[in-house]
Order: sequence, then C-alpha cells, then structure tokens
Amino acid sequence: MTKTPNDSSQIGMDGSLADALVRSRRFFTKGTVSADLRTLTKVGGRQADDFYRDRWSHDKVVRSTHGVNCTGSCSWKVYVKDGIITWETQQTDYPSVGPDSPEYEPRGCPRGAAFSWYTYSPTRVRYPYVRGVLLQMFREARAQHGGDPVKAWEHIVENPLRAKAYKSARGKGGLVRATWEEASEIVAAAHVHTIKKYGPDRVAGFSPIPAMSMVSHASGARFLNLIGGSMLSFYDWYADLPVASPQVFGDQTDVPESGDWWNAGYLIMWGSNVPVTRTPDAHWMTEARYRGQKVIAVAPDYADNVKFADEWLPAKPGTDAALAMAMGHVVLKEFFVDRETPYFTGYVKTYTDLPHLVRLDEVSAGSTTEGSTNEGTPTYTAGKFLTAADLAEHAGEENAAFKTVLIDARTGEAVVPNGSLGHRYGEAGVGRWNLELGDVDPLLSLLDTATESVVVRMPRFDTADGAAADLPRGVPARRVGGHLVTTVFDLLLAQYGVGRPGLPGEWASGYDDAASPYTPAWQEAITGVPAAAAARVGREFAQNAEESKGRSMILMGAGTNHWFHSDTIYRAFLTLTNLTGCQGVNGGGWAHYVGQEKVRPITGYTQIANALDWNRPPRNMIQTAFWYLHTDQFRYDQFGADTLSATTGQGQLAGRTTADVIAQSARMGWMPSYPTFDRNPLDLSDDAAAAGKPVGEYVVEQLKSGALDFAGEDPDAPGNHPRILSIWRANLLGSSGKGNEYFLKHLLGTDSSLRATETPEGRRPVDVRWRDEAPEGKLDLLMTIDFRQTSTTVFSDVVLPAATWYEKHDLNTTDMHPFVHSFNPAIAPPWQTRTDWDAWQTIAEKFSELAATHLGVRKDVVAVALTHDTPDAMANPHGVVRDWKKGECEPVPGVTMPRLVEVERDYGAVAEKMNALGPLVDTLGATTKGVTFELGAQVEHLRRKNGAVRGGVADGRPSLKRDVHVCEAILAMSGTTNGHLATQGFRTLEKRTGVRLADLAEEHEGKRITFADTQGPPVPVITSPEWSGSETGGRRYSPFTINVERKKPWHTLTGRMHFYLDHDWMTELGEGLPVYRPPLNMAALFAEPDLGNVSDGSPGQGVEGLTVRYLTPHNKWSIHSEYQDNLFMLSLSRGGQNIWMSDVDARKVGIEDNDWIEAVNRNGVVVARAIVSHRMPEGTVYMYHAQDRLIDVPLAETSGKRGGIHNSLTRLLVKPSHLIGGYAQLAFAFNYLGPTGNQRDEVTVIRKRSQEVRYQ
Amino acid sequence: MKVMAQMAMVMNLDKCIGCHTCSVTCKQAWTNRTGTEYVWFNNVETRPGLGYPRTYEDQEKWKGGWELNGRGRLMLKAGGRFRKLLTIFSNPKLPSIGEYYEPWTYDYATLTDAPAQEHTPVARPKSLISGKDMKIEWSANWDDDLGGSTANAHRDPMLKNIADKVKFEFEQTFMFYLPRICEHCLNPSCAASCPSGAIYKREEDGIVLVDQDRCRGWRMCVSGCPYKKVYFNHKTGKAEKCTFCFPRIEVGLPTVCAETCVGRLRYIGLVLYDADKVLEAASTTDEHGLYEAQREVFLDPNDPEVVRAAEQAGIPRDWVDAAQRSPIHALINTFKVALPLHPEYRTMPMVWYIPPLSPVVDVVRDTGEDAEDTGNLFAAIDALRIPVEYLAELFTAGDVAPVDAVLKKLAAMRCYMRDINMGREPDASIPAAVGMTEEEMYDMYRLLAIAKYDERY
Repeated sequence: MTKTPNDSSQIGMDGSLADALVRSRRFFTKGTVSADLRTLTKVGGRQADDFYRDRWSHDKVVRSTHGVNCTGSCSWKVYVKDGIITWETQQTDYPSVGPDSPEYEPRGCPRGAAFSWYTYSPTRVRYPYVRGVLLQMFREARAQHGGDPVKAWEHIVENPLRAKAYKSARGKGGLVRATWEEASEIVAAAHVHTIKKYGPDRVAGFSPIPAMSMVSHASGARFLNLIGGSMLSFYDWYADLPVASPQVFGDQTDVPESGDWWNAGYLIMWGSNVPVTRTPDAHWMTEARYRGQKVIAVAPDYADNVKFADEWLPAKPGTDAALAMAMGHVVLKEFFVDRETPYFTGYVKTYTDLPHLVRLDEVSAGSTTEGSTNEGTPTYTAGKFLTAADLAEHAGEENAAFKTVLIDARTGEAVVPNGSLGHRYGEAGVGRWNLELGDVDPLLSLLDTATESVVVRMPRFDTADGAAADLPRGVPARRVGGHLVTTVFDLLLAQYGVGRPGLPGEWASGYDDAASPYTPAWQEAITGVPAAAAARVGREFAQNAEESKGRSMILMGAGTNHWFHSDTIYRAFLTLTNLTGCQGVNGGGWAHYVGQEKVRPITGYTQIANALDWNRPPRNMIQTAFWYLHTDQFRYDQFGADTLSATTGQGQLAGRTTADVIAQSARMGWMPSYPTFDRNPLDLSDDAAAAGKPVGEYVVEQLKSGALDFAGEDPDAPGNHPRILSIWRANLLGSSGKGNEYFLKHLLGTDSSLRATETPEGRRPVDVRWRDEAPEGKLDLLMTIDFRQTSTTVFSDVVLPAATWYEKHDLNTTDMHPFVHSFNPAIAPPWQTRTDWDAWQTIAEKFSELAATHLGVRKDVVAVALTHDTPDAMANPHGVVRDWKKGECEPVPGVTMPRLVEVERDYGAVAEKMNALGPLVDTLGATTKGVTFELGAQVEHLRRKNGAVRGGVADGRPSLKRDVHVCEAILAMSGTTNGHLATQGFRTLEKRTGVRLADLAEEHEGKRITFADTQGPPVPVITSPEWSGSETGGRRYSPFTINVERKKPWHTLTGRMHFYLDHDWMTELGEGLPVYRPPLNMAALFAEPDLGNVSDGSPGQGVEGLTVRYLTPHNKWSIHSEYQDNLFMLSLSRGGQNIWMSDVDARKVGIEDNDWIEAVNRNGVVVARAIVSHRMPEGTVYMYHAQDRLIDVPLAETSGKRGGIHNSLTRLLVKPSHLIGGYAQLAFAFNYLGPTGNQRDEVTVIRKRSQEVRYQ
Repeated sequence: MKVMAQMAMVMNLDKCIGCHTCSVTCKQAWTNRTGTEYVWFNNVETRPGLGYPRTYEDQEKWKGGWELNGRGRLMLKAGGRFRKLLTIFSNPKLPSIGEYYEPWTYDYATLTDAPAQEHTPVARPKSLISGKDMKIEWSANWDDDLGGSTANAHRDPMLKNIADKVKFEFEQTFMFYLPRICEHCLNPSCAASCPSGAIYKREEDGIVLVDQDRCRGWRMCVSGCPYKKVYFNHKTGKAEKCTFCFPRIEVGLPTVCAETCVGRLRYIGLVLYDADKVLEAASTTDEHGLYEAQREVFLDPNDPEVVRAAEQAGIPRDWVDAAQRSPIHALINTFKVALPLHPEYRTMPMVWYIPPLSPVVDVVRDTGEDAEDTGNLFAAIDALRIPVEYLAELFTAGDVAPVDAVLKKLAAMRCYMRDINMGREPDASIPAAVGMTEEEMYDMYRLLAIAKYDERY
C-alpha cells in the first residue's frame, strides 16, 4: 500500500482552543514548543535529570566472571560505588575473531546480569552456622572431654541416640551462628575421628566443574587428596558425560568452540536448546544462518531454539536414536552403496575402524534366530576384532592382541596398520603410533572378495516394551588366519539394514518399509517425524558434508544426553558425522554441549587439585555408583542387570543385580570404589606390616581367604559407608542429587517423602550383602561452603560463608571460547565470608593441629582402577571378562584387580603441604593424556614468582599460600598457557608418533600467560597436546583437527574412531554397533502406571491423576539451582516451582494455568504450579530442573511434608556397560568414564490439588 | 526544511533469542529501587501474548497515541487536550498495578533464621505493595515462551483482525520475542498529554525525557503513551521512563540494553529528519501509508543540501558524519528491512524492528521438498510458521506487503550467501529478485551477520 497524502489544508492539531492553550506553554517554559505545537524540545536547563546522571556514576569497574556451571565463561564489568557493588554489564574487549566473522562480545546472559543481587541479598550466608542441637552437644562434650574436640566428636557420633538427635533435625531450621574458630574445629575434629576410626576413604568431597573457578575447586580437593579422602566425580554423575565419547573417540569430550558453528554449512540442533542453555553463544547460530547455513531443530516441544530453525522435527522424547538411525540408513544407502563418495570413503578408511576386521562367531547349536529365513544354515554373531595375535606371522609381536588388522585392497592380504593401541606402548611402537597408511589401501567391504556370505544375528530393541530380539542379516566374509572375518563396514550395513545384492538375510524393501529397522518409515512410527523429512534431512546433511568437505555439524544437548541409553543415541549421531568426514574439520562434527566445561590449563590444575606434587595417586570416585550404594537406592531396584541384555548375548549378566555388577567392576579394577575395603586402609597397611608382607601380597591373600572384602559388597555395614561429606561450589540436594528423597532418608536420616518399596526377596543382590535394616543417617557430618542458602545448606550440619565471584581471585575457562581469564575482587569478602581457598586453609590448619597428636604419620593403602592413557588399557585382551572371585583368573593387582599403592600421610603437615608446591613435580613431572611434561624450570620460575616457603616440611618450596599463587602455578604448569611446555609436550609426542607436531605450538613457544595477563582482556590459549584441536594461526577450535591433519591416532583400540566395540559386556547388551534402544519402560520395571493412564484414585487404581513422561530440562531462569532464587529471575518467570504441561493433558485432569498441582511417583512428591501451554507435546511434562525447595513450596497433600524438588521424582539407574574398564578406550579416568546419573526415563502422575495451600 | 537529529534504534527480531539480558541489565542499572519495583524500562514479550502491561496495544481500551479526527486533524486518542485538562483529576485510562504485575519479594531471611521446626524452612512470596503473603498470579513476563497460552494468548490484541490465521495448537505453534523500550517518538503523545509540560525531546538527539522537577504526577503521559513506556514511580510520585541511557550516550557509549544484548541484535545510530514534515506524515490518512510517510520524513545524510541545512541548524560536523554511517539509516532507508512498531499510533516511533523469519510449517516439510532450495525460496515464505499477517499487525498497521518484502530479502540473502559459503559461483538473480544488487546484498549481510561492535553503534 502506498502512502495516501493527507489534504495538507487539514493538517494540524486537534482544535483551535487546544492550540491556543498549548501555544501558551511557549511562554512558560524554557523549552521550545514545536511550531506545529506537537511537542516540546529543550536544550540546557536539564538539572532535573541529574538523578539519572548520578545513578549512572560509579567509582570503579572491576573485571570478573561467574563461577557457575554454565560453560559461558563470560567476562563482566562489575561496577562499584561507595564501596558497594551496584550492578554488572558485559565486557566487550575479547580478542577479535577476524574481519569476516562475528565476534565473541558481548558474552553474557540474564542470569549472570542478575548476579550482584546476591551480594547483599537476605539469602546471603554471612556467618558460619551450625545446627543448634549439634553445637550444644559439641560444646558440652568438649568440656566433658577436657577440651579435646576429637573426643567430643566421637562422644556424639558413636552414641546412637545423640547421633540421631542431630541427624533427624537436618533440614528443619535451627541453624545458629558460630565462629570460624568453633565451626572449623568441629569440621576438623570430625575428619580426624573418621580417619582414625573408619579410614580416610570414608571422607568424601564434592565440588564440580573446576573450569568455572579452578582455585576454588582445588582448595578442598587439595585438602582431601592430602588426607586421602575421596573426591567425587561430576561429569558422569551429572549425566553430562557422553559415554559415547570415550567409546567412539577414546576421549572424555572435546568439542568445537561456539565460534566454529559459524563455519558449518549445515547445523542440526538436536536436543540442545541453544538460546537457553548456551545463551552467550547462540548468536553464532542465528548469524551463521545469514551465511546460508541451514538449521534443523529436533526437539519434542516448540523450544526457544525452534524459531531459528528452517525445520522443526518434533521427535518424541527419547526416540532420537531411531531418527538418527534412519538418517544413517539413508546416508549408507545413497552415499556408500548406491554410489561411492570419494571424500567419505577416503575419510572412513583412514580415520575410522570401518575397514578393520571382526571375527564372526558361530551361534552354538540349538539356538535359533527368531524369524530367520535361513533355518538349518549356521548363523553368526559379531565377535572380537581380529588382531595381530590371531595371525601366526604376527602373533609374537609386542602387544599383538592390541593391534587390529585390515585387508589391503591392492594385494588382498591382511596387514597390521600403524596407530593401534599396541603401537602406543613398548619399544617397537616408537615412531609407529600414527595413522599413516603408506601404500596400503584399506579394503572397506569384503563384498567383492568374499569367499562366502553368512547370516549374522543383529540385536534389536524396537519393540514397544523395549524387549530384545534380533534380525538375520547377511555379511560377506572370508577366512584370515583361519578365522572367519568381515569388516566393521559390512557389519554396519547389516546393522542399518542396507542390503546389497547377493547377501542373505532380511532386508528393507525400501525407505517405506515400516517393518524393517532402520528405514525412514520405520522411525516414523516411533518418533512421529515424517519419513520423508527424516530421509531428506539425512540426505542433506551428507550432501552438505560432501560438497563442503565435512562442514556438517550436530549440536547435541541434554535433551538427548540425559537418557539411560544416551550412549546409543549419541553413537547413532556420531555415525552421521563420522561417515560423512565431519570430525576434525572446522565447521563439522559433533558439538556436545552439556556440562562439558574445559579446564584449558589442565595439567597445572590437575597437579594442584589432586595434590600430585605431594602424594600420588588420588582417590577419585565415580559419584553415580557412590550414591547408588550409599543412599541405598540399590535396595529399591526391582529388576536385574540382565533385563538389558540382547538375545545375542551370552548371559554374562544373568541373575545379577546392578549392585552386583558394580561390585564386580570394582573388584576387577575396572572402576574405582571408595570406600574400598571393609577395613580402615591405614589399619590395612599396619596389618600388612605386622604380617611382614608387602601390601599387594597381603591384600590379595586376605581377599582370597575372605578375611578382607570390598566395602561395596556390604555398603550398609556401619564401617563401610562415607561418614563425612563436604560440599562447596555445589548444591547436591537441590540440583544434581537424583533420588533426593533417598538421600534424605538413608544418607541424612531425616524426614523424606520416599514412597518406594524395597526389592523383594529373590530379586536382591547375590554378591552384595543385604541387611534387613537399611541404615538411616549414614553421614556423620554434612558440611557446606556457600554464599547463599540452598537445599543443601539448610540440610547441612555446618555451613560456612563463602566469598562470591566478585570477591576473590581465580581462573576461568570454557570450551565455548578459547580464552583464559580471571576473577577479581570488586570488594573484599564482606561480613565473615572467606574465599574457598581461605576457608579450606582454615580447616586444614585446624585439622593439622588436631591430627598431629591424634593421627601422626600413617601409611594408607590406595586401590587404583586400571587407568586410561596408560598401559593398564592393555590389561584385558579382547575385552574378555575375567573375574578372579569366580575363579576365572588369579587376583593380580593392576591386571585383574585394582592396583594397590601405599601412600605415606603426614597428617600433622597437611596445612603446610597445602600451602606449598611439593617436590614430586620436580622428579615425576606431570602427565596429561599420556604425555609427561618435565616441570623443573617451571618450579624454579614459581619459586621466584610466588616466593619460597620457609621452615617446615615444605621448606624452600614455591608458595601456594595465596589464591593468586595458585593461579600462577596452574598457568605456569600447563601447555595451553605456557608455550615452552606446549612445544615440549609435542616434541615428546613426536617421538612416539613419528609425525610432525611441535610446529603447532612453536609460534607461541616463548609465550607465558601470567595471572596479571588474565586480569586484562581474555587471553587466547596456546595449542597444546593436552587437547586434540588446534588454534594455531588464530583458527577456531575444533576437536580432532590434530588427529586428522597430522595423522595422530585417537586414544582407542584401533587408534581410529570406533563404530564397533567388541568388549564382552557391549556384546552382551547388543550394543557392539549403533542401535536404537527406547526409553526404559517404567511400568514394566517399577509397576508405575502406563503413560497416558488416567486414574480417579479409587482403590486399586493407584494415585489419582494422569501419568506422563517427566523431563527435567535446563531452566531458562537459572543455571542449575543458581539464580532460580534470584528475585529478578523469579520476577521474569513465575516466581516459584513450575511444571509445564500441554493444554491437551491439562484438560484431561481439569488443570488450568497457574493451578497448584502435585506430581507423585514412587520416588517422591512435588508441589508446583502448572504452566499450561500449547507449545508442549501431549504426554510429556517439563519441570525445569533445580528449582530449590526453598522458594514458595507449600506442604504436599500426598505426604504432609514440604513439597520436593525436581529430583524428588527421579532416582539413579546404572547402565552396566558404563562400568566397563581395563580395556583400550574403555578404561577409567576421572570424569572420563563411569556410570551416568541419568534421569530422563522417569514418569509421574500429575493431578490438580486443593488450591488452598499451607506452608507450615 | 528544519533538520533535526534523532538517536534511534533498530532491533533485529530475527536474531532475538528471548534471553532478557537487556531487561535485567537495564533494571539493575536504572529501576532497581523503591517505587519502581514493577518498572521495566526495557522488557521482552513473547508473541503471541499479552505484553506488559497486559493488552497495552488495545487502544480501543487504553486510548493511547494519536488519531485523526473527523476533519483529518491529528488529535490524541484519549481526547483533545482541552478535555484532558478537564479530566485531569480522574484519569480512567490508567493501567492498574495488576495490569503490570504486583511486584513481590520473599522472606529469604527465614532460610537462615528459622528456629528448629517440623518442616524445611521456605521463603514465601510477600507483596512489595502491601507487604502481605500472596499467591503469585502474574509477573513481568508471565507468558514467556507461550506459558499459559491456552488461558491468555487469545486475548492478544493483535489477533482481533486475524484470529482465523492463528491457531493455538501444538502442530501450529509459533512464537517470537519482542524487546521493547521507549520509542523516543518524533511525535510523542506522552509529551502532548502532559498537562505540566514536563516531557520534552532533547534538542540535539531527540531523546524523550521527563523533567523530574516539573512532573506533577498527573500520569496523563502513562495513558497517552500507546506503548505504555512511561511509568509512575510510587515513591516519588513522578513519571519515569527509559532515558535512552543519555548519561552513557553523551560519553559515546551505547545504551545498556544495546551493549549487553548477547543476541547482538540492537543497532543504535543517528538519523536526520525534517521536523517540519512530521505533522504532515503523522496525519497520513491511510494507516498503511504511515510507514512510508515516516521514512520520507528522514533526510538523506549524504545529500549536500541536507548537510548544508544541518550545518545551518547547528548540528555539529561529527553528528552529520555519524548520521552518514548510521546503521539505522542503512537498515531503514538503504536496505529497507526495518519497520516501525505500530505506525498506526501516529507517534512516529524511533525504535524499529526487522521482522523474524521462522521455520516452515509441517505441510511443506512433510512433502520431502527442501524449503530452503532456491527454487522453493519464495513459496516457503508463505508457509512460514509466523503468519505474515501477525507481523503486519505489529509493524505495518496490517499491510502485509512491506513485511513480505523484508522476509523475502532476508531469505534471499541466506540463499545468495549459501553459494558463496559453499564455494559456488554466486547467483546475481537472487538479489535481483528482491530488487537489490549483489553488492547491496553483501553489505546487508555484513551488517546483519558480522555486525561488529563499531558497526552496530
């Protein structure tokens, strides 16, 4: 429509009388009334607005950041006026990305912008607090015991009545102010008593995500590792660890920085709500669209990110692997079988295990394949990788069982290529651990050279209830060294159902064959995504990768990673990126963004936090298994570990529970277990000495005789569970503690709303002892250091007041941008708050004082799991399970059971050691991912930079007294922040690999990043062997670019990225190859009502209400539990706990928007208000996670108790395959491999409750 | 010609991630104090939705802004100024606190101070108005991400004319975010409504401010502003509003909301306009003509005539320079991708918006066609999830043609750049199809996508 001019004669204001009136204003004001009388303008004379000028004025601006688990790592300006923090805005001075790309600025989010509210808020913890009933008892007992605080603590905790008195009061108010002196004395005394009576491994510490504030994390970790305590993992515990990453890449997690999204030509956001969970980075995605990037969103709801996508694929929750498998089917069919795609073929031959040979095992007589069309002929299952050990001419070679084999297409002969695990260790492998193939052309498929075609049984789990079955599908095979083999590629085609002429078995007739896994039509019935759309997106993904040489990316998040079977979901994704040559390419590959924070200066941090400079090894525990046992959730499991087995399995898990499997994994040395033995490890050392035997020998002997057991085989024995838990920088009970009500009941011994029933006889553990009475209140001391009140502090016995992120020095990095930068105090810690480093020093000093007399110098037996990136990864050839307890082998420490190491602990010197860099770094150096850095020069540098300690056990050592000293030490001892070390590390690696690497860091060899540097604009880090990608020359970080460009192997069995995993338990679960496994069926496993069930609550009908899928995604208004209590965030949301549900579901049970509702399942009860919206899919509710139970939570009708948190409805479920260890890339490293604390498969009943709520 | 300079903003809604960082940084800096608890100079609304305060766009109810009277003359919708004076003591068109939201806090201290008791301590909401316990029924952003859509969204005033185009069903879901600050209008109805003459436009940059000394708290400005971006401070009894962060602007810093925008979607710049033409433009009879009319009020800063006139008007050299390289001028007049918010209010608003693209609807997706393919490009625009009609209600008084043209430019830019991104030969026919040269399209791409700090401000 064009402008329609007004008749100019009529233009004017409303009327003459008004005109006259307004015109008169001209004479009364200093401003100017416009000639047409519309408005007033003014110059000068504006003192009236000085208010705003004053409001804006400030005295100084201090740079700091937020130590919150968000991966943001944003640099902020903190404004200070009159000594008061006023507000914060983002820094915009990041180093430039270059002229043709958007910049990092102004990283931040609304949550970070609201942080300063905490500084002076009424939820701030200003002083030390102790629960009144405990403090009173302690004071009395102390007086009674001549002022000895250790005896006083014993007096309380060893008396059941006294212990119950304070434990049952947990979480019920009654905190009273104490002094630092008194509070730290209680904490120290508890530690001394526990170590003395039960052992140091009964002391546990939890503080997650060091990247967000390394020094603060290292504070308590260093203390605990000096005393021999157990530090709990977090990445696996949070279910953020993608187990598929170690499985496929042999790497914990390494991902592109967000700036690399810009380089992608095709981007799928899969279960990752980027604007909400990666707020500072989201702009890269919105901007890359303008470069012509195509964007797909896969999300069950119309999430915040969907509006940016070109297409929305609303796959049903938990079915993502089905969609990905169908896309993989299309890619394999169209880009590998129908035609060869040279870029893809060349890539997978070099960088993946696809051409490597796998033995085929004949299915024993008598077993038949259901539905097989080949009755009478033998069928096979995929077996172990063929290795050099299987070939007569190679069997005698070093590490032969860890060298995989492929066929050279030019000669048709089997060859043992460089780069596999067997080349990584030993003399023969020097210079040969690389992916150079020389003249060899790996043969991808045996189809053209096969001597026979055989039917392989491929496991499937796509039935409605997830029950196992299998499919007969043919592969070409031939005999090599007498073994019938095929390639991983041929197996992959069979698994994906992509047929080729001449092969036996059942195959899809086409994409529209809905009955045949894994066609596009097959997935439509499962995911709800139209077959045509699934096929097209898969095709486009590959087309883009082919054209752009690998610039297709999948940005994957917690929506797909927090499921029980997330490893299978991820492997289906990684099939897409790895087939299409996208890994190790800027703009391509996987981009896993869930809790993947990256400590860029990892080597230095690890030395400090693990106290490796004074004693090795640390006790690092897998937290999921820890709480599965110690909150007694294992007592409520209703199904056996073999419920998950495939029909093609060998029954390895038959008759055993998850707890049994955990115990087995521990005793075989696969996974760590702390507390380890049913004896104090200090006493164990004494006992060995008394017996005149080396500890290793003595422990083996005791285990074999049955005189000694693993603590995990009787976790409810009073001596076998943790006694002390210290939490700092974390909110276990308000955020990550899956099975919250189990924690309250068993760990803390206070009121809970747990409704589950214990496992009936017959289904209980067999190797793990069942005690009739489950303990309540296992923990003697829960101590928390925090700056705000949380669901954890209110349940703690001792709460210590922490400095905030605007009140301390620290370091911060993330994987989302390649910088290191700092925290700095805008103000000194106010009231009686202290930095974490200061607080733990206070505890350490008090502890050392008491321990000097009560403990003295002791020897401690530390059991260590078989460790990744060491020769331990070759402990179990072929991933065959050998359990010494079942007589399958002898218990040999470091081979078939944990390594046993004796460590001397000078308990009186803990504080002195904490405050100085110890001598082991001089002699042993520091090892990261198998590369040892020599640190002598760096120690000398630190001695001068930080100053030397005088006197005591650390005389002459570099000081770590101040937090700034620790920052300097971390920076000086890491390759990413010290160019000398980066080049040194690469040179070391060059020797082993025989490929050129050091040039990657040489441009920065002389660069040393100091703490002062980090206090200015964020500083780019240096390319280092600590990570797999390269920033050399200012490029964006993308993982595995060093592997791809320099032919440096991945840390896996084959040295390549794995599609196939041949460990016994992977085979048992039918997960040797990518496969679709549906969400767990809670109706079948726990007798919860079926999804969609509506009950009126009448007898026999269960709880009244509608049964729905219960998901707990990341919250828009908080970072986990941080900020959810912040008044700004509450004002911008709905001011308390909410559950989002679809309007369709709400109608079924009469719920309207903002109604009070209750969510109830066997695990607990939640009271929340409903948010009813049509953007939610029917059948699924969201309770955005970690809304503390402290904000506007009334009493529940169902329980009569305070309503729960999101985790009141969840519980831990452990997947046995996550417990595999001691075999190639499936070997333990801290936060690298371990069972995940997944929580997505849960269901709940939702009902409207009385709208009259009570709070007391 | 009376050349004046105006500080203006463009927000690219296509990049807005709805994070509300702007709201929080603004609130922290400016209205985090007694009397303004409920005040958000900057807020972000999920659309479709009711906005803040609720249904503020329903001018049949609130009578904000201007309208043409029977004689074609511009008058305040709330009535002539004379009548306004007569009703000064009873203003019926004032949103109640409930239309905004009743601000609250919690008794957080109880979490620390609670005595030994039966249950876990809990912080309960307390009204910041009455101090009493309350059930939270509405907030500053209650319908975020379509929360409560079933109960509320159909009351979105934008749906009045196009209800048949919008369905609140899962498969048809769409949403986008609308961040809002004061429009710093060329023809501010708040100022015209003020009986005390307390609201004025700064001569040099057009920022609209309330003179805190002159304000008598009549609140006619609150009613008069159709965007409801003037607020009443309950403590001081004065009106307050977004100041375009003038203490920052004066020292060369962008506004807080713009600099802290992590979506990097806000642009600030100077535009020159002819103050003599404002009334005529605002009096354009056909509402659909108002967008073009306002564009024609703007002067070309590169026109020597304009530069000369600006000099005569006392506008400094560096200001003219700023107007010449202004991203606002580029987005509004050169590339023509920015549109005014509710031109039909006739206030000549100066915060403009680039409308958002959105996913194509299922009906296109399910066919297996690639909606992003060059051949399908413009057909897909018609199948976008966000109905063009809805955007037109916001930005062009219901005229879909200008919105359609912008969306086609954005889509064409993506298509054109994809060839470059993939290393193919660029296709000049794509920009030509939307009336642009290749160079123009590339320049627009750089301004929208790369958007460096010094190009945004």
